[in-house]
Amino acid sequence: MRKISLLFLSFLIPVGIFAQDDLMNLLNENTPKAINYTTATFKSTRILNGHSIERMPAGQLDVRISHRFGTLNTGAYNFYGLDQANMHLSLEYGITNWLMVGIGRGNYEKTFDGFTKFSVLRQSSGAKEMPVSVSIFSSVAVNSLKWTDPTRTNYFSSRLSFVGQVLIARKFNDSFSFQLTPSYVHRNMVTTELDPNDLYAMGAGGRFKLTKRISLNAEYYYMANPKSYMSQQIYNPLSIGLDLETGGHVFQFIFTNSLAMIEKGFIGETTGSWGKGDIHFGFNISRVFTLKKNKEKLNY
Amino acid sequence: MKRLSLLIFLLAIAITVNAQKFMTKNGFIGFFSHTAMEDIKGDNNQVAAVLDISTGDMVFQALIKSFHFDRALMEEHFNENYMESDKFPKSTFKGKITNLSSVNFSKNGTYDVTVEGDLMIHDVTNKISTKGTLEVAPEGINANAKFNIIPEDFKIIIPGVVREKINKNLEVTVIMKYAPLAGK
Repeated sequence: MRKISLLFLSFLIPVGIFAQDDLMNLLNENTPKAINYTTATFKSTRILNGHSIERMPAGQLDVRISHRFGTLNTGAYNFYGLDQANMHLSLEYGITNWLMVGIGRGNYEKTFDGFTKFSVLRQSSGAKEMPVSVSIFSSVAVNSLKWTDPTRTNYFSSRLSFVGQVLIARKFNDSFSFQLTPSYVHRNMVTTELDPNDLYAMGAGGRFKLTKRISLNAEYYYMANPKSYMSQQIYNPLSIGLDLETGGHVFQFIFTNSLAMIEKGFIGETTGSWGKGDIHFGFNISRVFTLKKNKEKLNY
Repeated sequence: MKRLSLLIFLLAIAITVNAQKFMTKNGFIGFFSHTAMEDIKGDNNQVAAVLDISTGDMVFQALIKSFHFDRALMEEHFNENYMESDKFPKSTFKGKITNLSSVNFSKNGTYDVTVEGDLMIHDVTNKISTKGTLEVAPEGINANAKFNIIPEDFKIIIPGVVREKINKNLEVTVIMKYAPLAGK
């Protein structure tokens, strides 16, 4: 009998000591496992030139100003390219947390452009396991250059080009993210009949965080079309840069062999070569404004 | 001897029966920082909490990613740069009401309480002590508290560029509406 009462006592004592841990266990048993969605795979909606998996959240307006200077190999007379500047301005807005749209204008071929990007899958762990995030990107570009031959019948549709991309990204850990970007570019009119209307390319890009606010990014597009027959020598675009985040701004400093800042331009019309030193220095500045407040937030 | 074991046995049963636990899965914890440059407010209304009124033990558990902000960018920075919520997804509190005797759980009303315990944020645990109120209501128990924490105490580093935008002391508000936990 004494043994039994001791047994009871020994049961009671630990209950008293570990009561709070018991409550914590009770809490864990009673709360369902949450879905942990991966956030901030990339700092910005661009890896460098091309789009990243990231979207603007609902109600957020991203004002972007980007520059690419002349090539470094133009020497000291051109201040290593800084005397010439090529720029692109855009306004980009998150309609919902999974859909964003943007419009832009660049002085490369006096092009207006518009795009939509929506997210199909989000990388997650916990209650739902999803290894990658997937977004679909599509854009239209209209070049507004004067017609090279105004005497013939020119159609507006000849100014148009279209891009479709599937963005597949994974954030492997806190500092390393990688993205594959199968891309398709259609140009309604090309310079000569040697140039294909349809281009197929595979993009690959990644970022490596050096500190919490600085990351090293690289991006490459491999164009599958044979380049030797085209009317111009075209190279695959390679970009290397740094993301620098300061509060509401993200600065991206970039070295690239392409001058254009939209997909149609850098995938299919990159004429610079890293080997020859045709490297453009440039930057993207992104400033985010909150137009609509977060709906998920509730006030007590 | 037989009586003693019977007594212990009865006592054990009595404790189990009277061990009234109250729980919520959508408690509120919010923090607020005010500076001349910016107001920052992060709200989480999915906090899970249990209160044991027989012992005064209380625990909270909050997912860091469930804190929401007015600005999406603030939320991203909160998770990425300060809380490192992929590494440290949860924040917990394990504590005790130290003046449990001053609360009469059989009589509806609001009672002042003092709570002491371990607050774990960003994988750093600090002892805190705060005053709050406990309201015994027909549908359950409501708990309210307000206290201040210093981010640096939890090894949350705020760099110089944004230091003047974030108050050194963050005001934390806790609002729990507990309901009896059936069967426990």
